[in-house]
Amino acid sequence: MNLMTQQERLRSELEELVERLGTERSSLMPILQEVQRKYYRISDYAIQVIADLLDIHPVEVHAVVSFYSFLDFKPKGRFVIRLCRTLCCDMANKDRVARQLCNDLGIQFGETTPDGKFTLEYANCIGMCDQGPALLVNDHVYTRVTPEMVNQIIVGCRQVFGLHATQQPMEQ
Amino acid sequence: MSEKSIFENISRAPTSQRASEIEAGPKGAIGGTVSVTIDGEKMKVPLGTTILEACREMGVHIPTLCHHEDLCIAGVCRMCLVEVEGMRTLQASCAYPITAPISIRTHTAKVRRARRHIIDLMLKYHYGECYACGRNNNCELQSLAKEYGVDYFRFGHPEKPMYEIDRSSHSVVRDMNKCVLCRRCVRTCIDLQEVGVLEAIHRGEKTIISTYLNKPLGKVVCINCGQCINRCPTGALRANDPTDEVWAAIDDPSKHVIIQTAPSPRAGIGECFGLEPGTPMTYQMNTALRRCGFDKVFDTNFTADLTIIEEGSELLIRLYKALVEKDESVALPQFTSCSPGWVKYLEHFYPEMIPNLSTAKSPQQMFGAVIKTYYAKMHNIDPKNIVTVALMPCSAKKFECNRPEMCDSGFKDVDYGLTTRELGKMISEAGIDLPAMPKSDFDDPFGTATGSGVIFGATGGVMESALRTVIELVVGCKVEDLFDHADIMPVRGFDGIRYVELKIDNVGPVPSIVSHLVPNWDWLKGATLKVAVAHGTANAKKVLDDIKAGGKFSECHFIEFMACPGGCLGGGGQPIPTTPEIRAKRAEAIYAEDSACEVRKSHENPAILQIYNEFLMEGPCGHLSHKLLHTSYTARGKYIS
Repeated sequence: MNLMTQQERLRSELEELVERLGTERSSLMPILQEVQRKYYRISDYAIQVIADLLDIHPVEVHAVVSFYSFLDFKPKGRFVIRLCRTLCCDMANKDRVARQLCNDLGIQFGETTPDGKFTLEYANCIGMCDQGPALLVNDHVYTRVTPEMVNQIIVGCRQVFGLHATQQPMEQ
Repeated sequence: MSEKSIFENISRAPTSQRASEIEAGPKGAIGGTVSVTIDGEKMKVPLGTTILEACREMGVHIPTLCHHEDLCIAGVCRMCLVEVEGMRTLQASCAYPITAPISIRTHTAKVRRARRHIIDLMLKYHYGECYACGRNNNCELQSLAKEYGVDYFRFGHPEKPMYEIDRSSHSVVRDMNKCVLCRRCVRTCIDLQEVGVLEAIHRGEKTIISTYLNKPLGKVVCINCGQCINRCPTGALRANDPTDEVWAAIDDPSKHVIIQTAPSPRAGIGECFGLEPGTPMTYQMNTALRRCGFDKVFDTNFTADLTIIEEGSELLIRLYKALVEKDESVALPQFTSCSPGWVKYLEHFYPEMIPNLSTAKSPQQMFGAVIKTYYAKMHNIDPKNIVTVALMPCSAKKFECNRPEMCDSGFKDVDYGLTTRELGKMISEAGIDLPAMPKSDFDDPFGTATGSGVIFGATGGVMESALRTVIELVVGCKVEDLFDHADIMPVRGFDGIRYVELKIDNVGPVPSIVSHLVPNWDWLKGATLKVAVAHGTANAKKVLDDIKAGGKFSECHFIEFMACPGGCLGGGGQPIPTTPEIRAKRAEAIYAEDSACEVRKSHENPAILQIYNEFLMEGPCGHLSHKLLHTSYTARGKYIS
């Protein structure tokens, strides 16, 4: 039986990623996106290993992670819901949608549900200004969202992705 | 139809941007010249010159903040905005290369208002009052505020500090309340030094300069070189200042306070008193130090000479083992260990190469150990009542003297590391006008120093001193026979990495000082001594990577590394500002002091011969010198826990 620690496993995964995506500075973004997709966060250890493999400094990776909203140091939920807060969506009554989201999930914007399933965030314009209010669930766009739809979306999330997929213990 | 007119007809670019208007430049120049009109005055500049450079050439002053001659262009502070005719917005002149004829206005109402607003906005987030700041009167933000007549805070001013001051490092104090986000420290640390302590974290108005995960500076991989301090425009980064403790020791009558002064501060301290860079202040400083109340003033150059003997002997032992005894475990090339920033860099980034590092301590630490043993015994003073202060151009020396292993005398070998700037402050505080001081010499018994010790302050200096001694000890001839006036020019200069080969054609008899180490020199006859010099840790990294890859530097025998660009004279404790020009002037002062010295070779220093006769009787690299003058290193690695 393979008795690798979690850190060792992460390191070998990162080594494979770097092997595939390259050691250029420009490889950093795709590597970080892969890590974020898989672990819902980019941990301290992952940052230091990536920096080491790319021969750059951990603080530079930290700067990139902190710059982009879609990369996170703290663990995010399996489903990240990002509601557009820019002008058009705001005028299309985004506030009602926001209230509904908070009520249904029981959290405020910027928070993650205690079970680690959902994270609620605001996003700036996602380019759906003619179809607001708009929101993103992970990579999926929902437009002309009404408070009624919010509930369906959340239920849909739980069903589509399957309970088993969201009940794994949080890694790292 | 000629080629030119075809081009004119088909070009759709605006007339001002047509390539045909760019004339061929002087022979040898890349590209041509282009005409530029600055405030109505016309001039021609080489293609690609920035507006800032063009303005400076014409004598037009453009205010800058994030721009620094040692660093790459950032264009973040926007102080240098100018109006470019035909462009809607103001342009940052430092980051605008001129590629087509343009017309620029440097002080229109729009420009003046924008600059003033930028200063006002920076002051909105700049906490602190100038009179309670170490950079008072030497602050770029302060001078800009003065230049633009700031007399009130248009956008407000913080009333409370927003961040806690980070005092966790022995060397560098970080006060983010004063940071104006110019990112000079970021570019210094990543580009110039390749250490990567600081970066701009988050974005937009939340941006802050931070260490990795905002950990305290003492916990991250920092080599304490202090280059960021030298380039910080405000007081956000400064050295850890022990002057209060030093004054307390001076004021305590039971303490015997000794100061040793390194070669670089004397070439730089004049700048603290308004003198031109490169005005040597060696002997005036000695008087000033005595008037401040130091009991003895010694020259660190004495132990620089001692370092040459110890480090040189160590090199000979390594070479003998490798070449004669064919011992393959011997680590070559040998690296110098005088620069504490460099030592810590190696411990962090290349711990596997620690065996290559000379075990000889730096001159500062050697002096501390010698004072609290040899000198204490000679003058019958209890070493516990001796306080040794080291005047250094360096912030990393503060870390070095606090290393736990640096207590070989039984006490803390060096109690306080003082930078040039801090001594400047102490001298002013004592009401002394340094340039007006009468000259006086160093105190005995270490008074006599050689030119070899002095040039430790410049990059290549350690190598030059070592070569002077090695040539005379091994070849048996005078250095002057090989190099004019014993100036070994190939190792001098400011090229980042220098490589020199020296063929040993003849060998002489083994001199008595090293006769216990080798039986003869025959094994070196016909050999080629390969040495290299690197300064700035980014250059050190290149050399180390080359060694790891088995390149030409892996065949070297001896390599001098200095953490700071320019060597110690560009150290993190030297007066601010620093530019390549200022460093070159300080180097001139150092080399001038060397050529004025009577004795210019370490092994001819009578005080050195005396200490080997009276105290370190087993000779260089003997038992006692191993105990007092050599040290060990810690493999630190670069993982930040």
